[in-house]
Amino acid sequence: MQMGETGVRERRALRPPEEPAESRIDEIIEKYGGERRWLINILFEIQTEYRYLPRKALEYLSQRMDIPLIDIFGIATFYKAFTLQPRGQHTVTVCLGTACHVRGSTDVLEELQRELRVRPGQTTPDQEFSLETVNCLGCCAQGPMVVVDEEYHGQMTPAKVKPLLSAASKKV
Amino acid sequence: MMKLRDTSELEKYRKTHLERRDAGRRWISLCVGTGCIATGAGRVAAALRRELEKANLKDVQVKETGCPGFCERGPLMVIHPQGILYQNVKPENAADIVKRTLKGGEVIPELVYVDPSTDQRVELEKDIPFYSKQKRLILSNNPLVDPTSVEDYFAIGGYAALGKVLNGMTPAQVIDEIKRAGLRGRGGAGFPTGVKWETTRRAHGRVKYVVCNADEGDPGAFMNRSVLEGNPHSVLEGMMIGAFAIGAREGYIYVRNEYPLAVKNATLAVQQARELGLLGTNILGSRFDFDINIVRGAGAFVCGEETALMASIEGKKGVPRQRPPFPSEEGLWGRPTNINNVETWANVPLIINKGAEWYSTIGSPSSKGTKIFALVGKIRNTGLVEVPLGTKLSDIIYGIGGGVPGDRKLKAVQCGGPSGGMISAEHIDVPVDYEGLKKYGAMMGSGGLVVMDDSTCMVDIAKYFLKFLLEESCGKCTTCREGIERMLELVTKITEGKATMEDLGLLEELATIVQESTMCGLGNTAPNPVLTTLRYFRPEYEEHIKQKRCQAGVCRALITYWIDPKKCTGCGACAKKCPEGAITGRKKEAHTIDAKKCIRCGVCQTTCKFGAVWRR
Repeated sequence: MQMGETGVRERRALRPPEEPAESRIDEIIEKYGGERRWLINILFEIQTEYRYLPRKALEYLSQRMDIPLIDIFGIATFYKAFTLQPRGQHTVTVCLGTACHVRGSTDVLEELQRELRVRPGQTTPDQEFSLETVNCLGCCAQGPMVVVDEEYHGQMTPAKVKPLLSAASKKV
Repeated sequence: MMKLRDTSELEKYRKTHLERRDAGRRWISLCVGTGCIATGAGRVAAALRRELEKANLKDVQVKETGCPGFCERGPLMVIHPQGILYQNVKPENAADIVKRTLKGGEVIPELVYVDPSTDQRVELEKDIPFYSKQKRLILSNNPLVDPTSVEDYFAIGGYAALGKVLNGMTPAQVIDEIKRAGLRGRGGAGFPTGVKWETTRRAHGRVKYVVCNADEGDPGAFMNRSVLEGNPHSVLEGMMIGAFAIGAREGYIYVRNEYPLAVKNATLAVQQARELGLLGTNILGSRFDFDINIVRGAGAFVCGEETALMASIEGKKGVPRQRPPFPSEEGLWGRPTNINNVETWANVPLIINKGAEWYSTIGSPSSKGTKIFALVGKIRNTGLVEVPLGTKLSDIIYGIGGGVPGDRKLKAVQCGGPSGGMISAEHIDVPVDYEGLKKYGAMMGSGGLVVMDDSTCMVDIAKYFLKFLLEESCGKCTTCREGIERMLELVTKITEGKATMEDLGLLEELATIVQESTMCGLGNTAPNPVLTTLRYFRPEYEEHIKQKRCQAGVCRALITYWIDPKKCTGCGACAKKCPEGAITGRKKEAHTIDAKKCIRCGVCQTTCKFGAVWRR
């Protein structure tokens, strides 16, 4: 789809993603006693730390926990909660559950795509916003639902998208 | 917190907490479930506390509780002891509530519920038809307890069932009680819970596990979220009793990542139970050891399937495996494992407390007890509804749900999530239980009821579910991985008006093949949305193919937008908003849409204040 000329955001300087520190990853592994069964939790914590799963961190994890790198990548790509791409400062998540769908979540998503000029799963080049979709957040009564970072916004319409993004932009 | 060493200490602990509470005291129950939080309940709570402080009303407690179910009207608040329900409460109302209701004893008319069918104001929560027509055994506790307070759970009789079990019941007696109660799994298939427990108990091996499936992936279902989030101790108590009966020493709660509040509250509840000695070794002096771990899912729908869920707990990819062996024989790390979902576990303490005879009087002949349904979509009263199994679907939709809003017509009700099916409006009197729904090609699933009116296109819905399932298929079975994709291609062709009648035949054939040749529940049931929409709405499919028409006005390729020159004032608002620059016209003159440029996003229609943009 061709993107319109209506982007609300000014371009910001590209912020390089942080370099993963081995000592921090050691701490996380330690917290779970280095047990293989907590691998998913360990990945969650690494992602919280860096807002994505840096390749270097995964390589180090593989070596430290003695798990083949391919298995770690298998898990990191199987589950939707993980991302191998750096995430933006703010994450905008659109619920595409059935209840939201019948109430018009597709239109909201399309408006977000037009405003941010990215597709779901992508991050704006200035690293400010990542656009994500989710299958159901369980707040079906207030659909269509959009979550910005951890804040829930119910009864969304395409018209509410622009103000929502500019409000998020002001928060750091 | 002190450790409770035996059941008498447990009762003493309860008594001391009950004594501190005065039955006539004033308190406010404010829902801070995820739904009400989205409409600003957090800010309401803060404002209310501020105003109470200002008015020096220290005796009035504000309790932040889980979801009472009437999500449509959130933020919700009930003022006790009268039981006055205020709906759509805003932070600005806080001062008024304190001044007029708490101090003045007056009910604020603007904040009470108005019954749309009679236009009458209903002041008390218990008189609202949405509540009065339900039978709330599980959900009724949500607005009574602060999920972060174990004392609250004790105050409503919590852990009494555990005490009863550990104070003289044998595992066989517990299993027998559950069997006689007729409890069936609330996760979808409806397998008898007591039988499952017995099989796991009898399975070989000393190490056994119990698991709580809180990976409520079905879009449109959120009862498990509400129970785990709003009353986590009831789930823990159920699991403790189950573990005792089965002989398990370790339990897992697998919660989906999309429910952060449920993860938080369940984690806290486990900590509290450990501190009280309700989890750990030698629980209540009975020599029964048991502990619970919380595992967070990572966003994979297929992990709701039991074998995939167990793989995920083990820290692997959540890919299902062939059954048998069933988890009750070979589950987590190859050991016998009993999996039940949140709602099933929450029913257990109830049965132990009140007895199997009482429980088995509720429900239909084959399905006992109550079931929580999530009533969502095009319905007036969205929310959670708990009714005895066997209740007519029409009673749920019209009696409790208040029917379809506006002057639209009910078209169908989608039951059971992506694996479920449609119940068309003509079969609306079907009794909702495991067998009743199956007869019409739908299934109970976890209990999501998505209501659809005549502005919903059935082909589009089939496409929606196929897209969903395509994304969520783990890819292990070829027929699921490729079959769903080919079905989606065919349905997409139909929605674009490019299909022939042969394609429809092919779609049906493919659906049957996928159904029969995949391994797990996801694949087996993936064709259901297509098959049931075809069963009841075939003419709609044919209309898309033959007349290239989408009656509901949903399928983009088959609709056009145009501006009514008589209504258009030429304000230019739509032209400014149009992302494609497809709308042109001079100021104060009627505008037109260039159909070639138009991407049919509908922005112009939602922008126009004069109702001049039409869709056909």
